[in-house]
Amino acid sequence: MSRAPSGRADLLVVGAGPAGSLVAREVAAAGHDVVVLDAGPRFDDEDRTERMAAHLRPDEGSPWPRDPERDGYTTGGRPYPLAASRVKGVGGSTLAWHGMAPRLRERDFELRSRHGVAVDWPLSYADLRPWYARAERALGVAGAADGAEGPPREAPYPMPAFPPSASDRILAEGAASVGLSTRTAPNARNSEPYDGDSPCVGYGTCRPVCPSGAKYTAERTVAAAEAAGARVVDRAPVRRLRVDGDRVTGARYTTPGGDHVQAAREVVLAAGGVETPRLLLLSATADHPDGLANSSGAVGRYFHDHLFAGVGGRVDRETRQHHVGFHTTESHAVYDEADPVVGIKLEFLNDAGPTPVGVALSDGSWGDELADRVREAYGGHLAVGALVEQLPDPSNRVRLDPETVDDTGDPVPRIEWSLDDRTRRGIERANDLQRRVLEAVGADLTWTVDAETAGPAAHQMGTTRMGTDPTESVVGPDCRAHDSRNLWVAGSSVFPTGGAMNPTLTIAALALRLGSRLADRLSGERE
Amino acid sequence: MKLSRRDALAALAGVGSASLAGCSGDGSTSLPVDSLVALAETLYPSAAAGHREFVETYVDGRTRGRPAEREALTETVADLNDVAREWYDGRLPGLARADRDTLLREVGVETAAPRRDGTLAERVRRVVDDLLYAFYTSPTGGELVGTSNPPGYPGGTASYHGGR
Repeated sequence: MSRAPSGRADLLVVGAGPAGSLVAREVAAAGHDVVVLDAGPRFDDEDRTERMAAHLRPDEGSPWPRDPERDGYTTGGRPYPLAASRVKGVGGSTLAWHGMAPRLRERDFELRSRHGVAVDWPLSYADLRPWYARAERALGVAGAADGAEGPPREAPYPMPAFPPSASDRILAEGAASVGLSTRTAPNARNSEPYDGDSPCVGYGTCRPVCPSGAKYTAERTVAAAEAAGARVVDRAPVRRLRVDGDRVTGARYTTPGGDHVQAAREVVLAAGGVETPRLLLLSATADHPDGLANSSGAVGRYFHDHLFAGVGGRVDRETRQHHVGFHTTESHAVYDEADPVVGIKLEFLNDAGPTPVGVALSDGSWGDELADRVREAYGGHLAVGALVEQLPDPSNRVRLDPETVDDTGDPVPRIEWSLDDRTRRGIERANDLQRRVLEAVGADLTWTVDAETAGPAAHQMGTTRMGTDPTESVVGPDCRAHDSRNLWVAGSSVFPTGGAMNPTLTIAALALRLGSRLADRLSGERE
Repeated sequence: MKLSRRDALAALAGVGSASLAGCSGDGSTSLPVDSLVALAETLYPSAAAGHREFVETYVDGRTRGRPAEREALTETVADLNDVAREWYDGRLPGLARADRDTLLREVGVETAAPRRDGTLAERVRRVVDDLLYAFYTSPTGGELVGTSNPPGYPGGTASYHGGR
């Protein structure tokens, strides 16, 4: 395929993940010329099962190719495993995501007003609510409105929920005995045929690869965008934005065949919480010495993620782990509490402990000896995980590292990240609840992911934060950069705070809202 | 517990080769099926049965259209049979299960990492791992260690919550 630029596009989107593809689909469907550039390749659907097999074999590493020359990075403070926490390519990190699709809760938009910490969003849950409904339809979310704590819904989920698992039923007893309510986990995964795609058939490997196509990936939306007329170009990393005064005129990108410039009337950055601020910083000019859209100095700052905390154990009962690869029950019971102030979402895992094939291929033995070891290693596991909110802190940031360059000679991103005391207290609270639930069902505890060992949940947020004050935020409530007339940002980098919910549904809701407004704006200009 | 052709097809589906399974012969190297079955009888738990149909279907599907893979497999098994003849006076199919087990350990397969172009132990380990992968991602292999729907097998969405 040609990777040469099109004529001046109505819209240029940087990044073909869920945010970029949803914006592209909305704008292309309104009849406008849309070009999407993605840094990574297109992946063939036919390879999906082989990728799963590679994942199941313990010695083969990630099934999604990583290119350390192209995707180099450095870290400062707490280690941040960036390479393991994203996929570059058409579909973006939804290729490898878990597929959990909750909405944020009302409290997440109002942390400053309710608790005096962090900032409020310039939007409320009510503002985003209709877009959440559209996002659930776009991603295909299976769920049930069974959470007593809300948030309010306007319609049922597009598909019925996956029923609670065998281990959910055990853990729900434990949760009830310590006063925790439970609810169905919303999944962007087909519980029945949906929009031409298969229902889940139980491969059990959702993260990092679903061979059946039942889990939503942004490849679906890319296909819809292309059907609506958008042009999606892979292996085309954007390296600089071109500017003229307060307008972005296009982008310079590098392909295997050489460098090109794509001109556009409107430009949306949707390259994720690390590459979006990196591109803005790389695009510094004499007029914008600190980077584009960075008069606030906030580009790259306020980087935050969710922390995964967990406790696991074993019981002398059948727990049916790894039959499926997704959660079916969670608890928001303590999410809105004020002490600790950070949000906590508890998740009952359905993939606790090792897989049979994982044990078989790493043990070394065979025959009855191996079967005995697999049986012993596999059975009876239970685990309760949690996402714990991290409040934004300007010292946690993505910046350019001039000491290290990528394969094109550009400085790589440097992630400076640490945990504050509030987050640590949230992890400790989660661990305490997790232990109590497991002990209530008689589990022998075998592992804990605590404040010292907790890692990020691969939800990079906050680095081009949304706000009304141009001195403290990068984009306004409409997701347009304060400093530009035609530069917009889609994705979790605009989240002022991230709650403790998996971010993709909120990314999708904001992208649909932005796509709709851009379509209207371009249509208005045309008339 | 009897392994079936369905088990082999399920295992093949888990490596992306299901569409070609079950048709024997493709004009290239013929497979050392007897030796592979003998290996599988050693590698799989004694409660398993039906090795021949399972192994034949799986290995044929796995290597069909991949002549280099088929050749490498055949060569590795031939090299292992050479050692078996030298040390135990017979090829794998003629050895007692206990002797096959000992042979694998003496060759160093227990501690070797799988490698296609490696030492004999490393090449045999690759074959062993592929046969173990097939078994432990099949429904019957899963049942023998406590799960009716092992990862890699598309066993539906009933068993996880207690159905069949």
